[in-house]
Amino acid sequence: MRFNKLSILAGAVMALSSLAAQAAEITGAGATFPAPMYAKWAEAYKAATGNQLNYQAIGSGGGQKQIIAKTVDFGATDDPLGARLAEEKLLQFPAIIGGVVAVVNVPGITPGQLTMNGKVLGDIFRGAITTWNDAKIAAINPGVTLPATPITLVYRSDSSGTTATFTDYLGFTNDKFATEIGIGKTVNWKSGVGGKGNAGVAANVSKIAGSIGYVEYAYAKQNKLAHAAMINRDGKRVQPDDTAFAAATEKANWESKPGFGISLNDQPGAITWPITTASFILMHLTADKPARSAEALKFFDWAYKNGKQLATDLDYVPIPEAVVTKVQASWKNIKDAQGNPVWK
Amino acid sequence: MSAAASSMDLSKQSNTVYSEEFIRRVHQFNWQDRLFAFVTFSFALLVMIGLGGILLSLIIESAPVFKQYGLGFLAGTKWSPADDVFGAVIAVYGTLVTSGIALLIALPLSFGIAVYLTESCPLILRRPLGTAIELLAGVPSIVYGFWGLFVLAPLIQEYVQPGIILLNIPMFAGPPLGIGVFTAGVVLALMVVPFIASVMRDVFETVPQVLKESAYGLGCTTWEVVRSIVLPYTQTGVVGAVMLGLGRALGETMAVTFVIGNANRLSGNLFAPGNSIASTLANEFAEADPALHIPALFALGLILFVISFLVLALAKYMTSRSSFKPR
Repeated sequence: MRFNKLSILAGAVMALSSLAAQAAEITGAGATFPAPMYAKWAEAYKAATGNQLNYQAIGSGGGQKQIIAKTVDFGATDDPLGARLAEEKLLQFPAIIGGVVAVVNVPGITPGQLTMNGKVLGDIFRGAITTWNDAKIAAINPGVTLPATPITLVYRSDSSGTTATFTDYLGFTNDKFATEIGIGKTVNWKSGVGGKGNAGVAANVSKIAGSIGYVEYAYAKQNKLAHAAMINRDGKRVQPDDTAFAAATEKANWESKPGFGISLNDQPGAITWPITTASFILMHLTADKPARSAEALKFFDWAYKNGKQLATDLDYVPIPEAVVTKVQASWKNIKDAQGNPVWK
Repeated sequence: MSAAASSMDLSKQSNTVYSEEFIRRVHQFNWQDRLFAFVTFSFALLVMIGLGGILLSLIIESAPVFKQYGLGFLAGTKWSPADDVFGAVIAVYGTLVTSGIALLIALPLSFGIAVYLTESCPLILRRPLGTAIELLAGVPSIVYGFWGLFVLAPLIQEYVQPGIILLNIPMFAGPPLGIGVFTAGVVLALMVVPFIASVMRDVFETVPQVLKESAYGLGCTTWEVVRSIVLPYTQTGVVGAVMLGLGRALGETMAVTFVIGNANRLSGNLFAPGNSIASTLANEFAEADPALHIPALFALGLILFVISFLVLALAKYMTSRSSFKPR
């Protein structure tokens, strides 16, 4: 009896594994910022093609490590690699675009009511403005009554691409921020409270009265946090949404950096959201497993073509058509051991 | 073993000559016994190998950071992955202080619970109360973390901290954030209470009824019985219970990460955000740079290992010295 059960089980396992062998499986790991997007795409892709994508949101640094160690078919990072691309013989291309917003917890302030610019935001995050009724904040917020409560900063406690984007913008628009705090995935904040991941920052901001933090826009929306409107490069007051993020990509010169690794911060345009970033995919130029690399590229090809509505639903911005053409041209550089391109 | 031994005893008593069959069976028992001893020994050895392996890998992996800083790592007050500068003081301080606060709160609470359950509690309430406390010990730590962040921290921020800040005590300064070293200590206290209380209750129950009844018979109050009979009798167990709680508080990760504030800054202010060894590891391991950051994190792990080991050693030492001396 027992033996029978075992043999049935073994049979089932064998049947399952042979099924799995028929459908292609793609593995990726990295940034948490685009993870909700990849999860949604993977679900739709499986329904459409039967192929499975396993994406592990372990952070941008982790994604870089895993692809270099060749444990995954692709790595994902919000923080583009510069010179290291050539050193590690990697190909990099953008997969999705999103925006970072400052979120505040000030009693009486509703989402989008408060206005910020790079200078004031930089002064707040370097600890030079310490109370909400500071004259510099009041000057760009006429008609908004702000309390005398102290400002508590909320930042990312883990190494994060969101921090890299946010500090890159603040450093670009506020020289003192650049010298005192610096730019990068981790920086030395002078005061405040750390939260793990976008979700951790959102939770801390929602719980600490008088706090200000920064998150990817979808997290602000989901948690109903009060985001601040921004005054952009053209001096216009803008609210974050997918059209404002998309506007940041219009004048961008994608080919000015290796692997399309440009910053989309502080771009010109009347409706442009000033803190915008692309999230990138990393793959080896010489494919050890050409079939798997081709499957991964097929997935992104499918996502560029069919994933636009899903992206907009989640408040991300799809990569513009013109850039996709250039990205797909760069895919020809991924070759197998014999030097044949894996992407046809 | 016991069957063989008792039959041998029997045969000695009756002074008979051992039969072939008997000797064969004794040998058989011997052989089985040795095999049994060997199997159980290898299980025990596995634990030793695991422990030694962990210790060894911690030492090997953390070597680069000690090569760079020497023992100065232990005294370094700056932890900055951005500048590639690492020192252990912030995390060690956070771990010790949160655990200290936790014990300070949890010890009297658990003691009270254990005394009530064993001495004064009506019989009908004993089981449900005891079970409830044990259930509390089974709540996953991440639930304590969530609850600490979403329920306890706002309450502390609104009702506890403003009042204490007004008193102007140097270690309790504003602004009230709700999140910080103090809150982490409070959450830890609630987490270790069920551990300490249930072990204390169990050891209090080992006190012979006749001792307590004699004391009550002499006219002692409940407190006098607890102080002069129960506590001296159970010293070892009580110390063990406290150390068990301390051990859990030292290594607790998720709950602390939620409420400690994750700030790599050293502050004497208990209301300020800080970091503990476990929360630093949880926050930074996934994205750490292999050159110096990962060795520094391994070194913190090694320090936590050593602290836990010292706590256990101290507990063993204290319990080995204690003996029953009724006062």
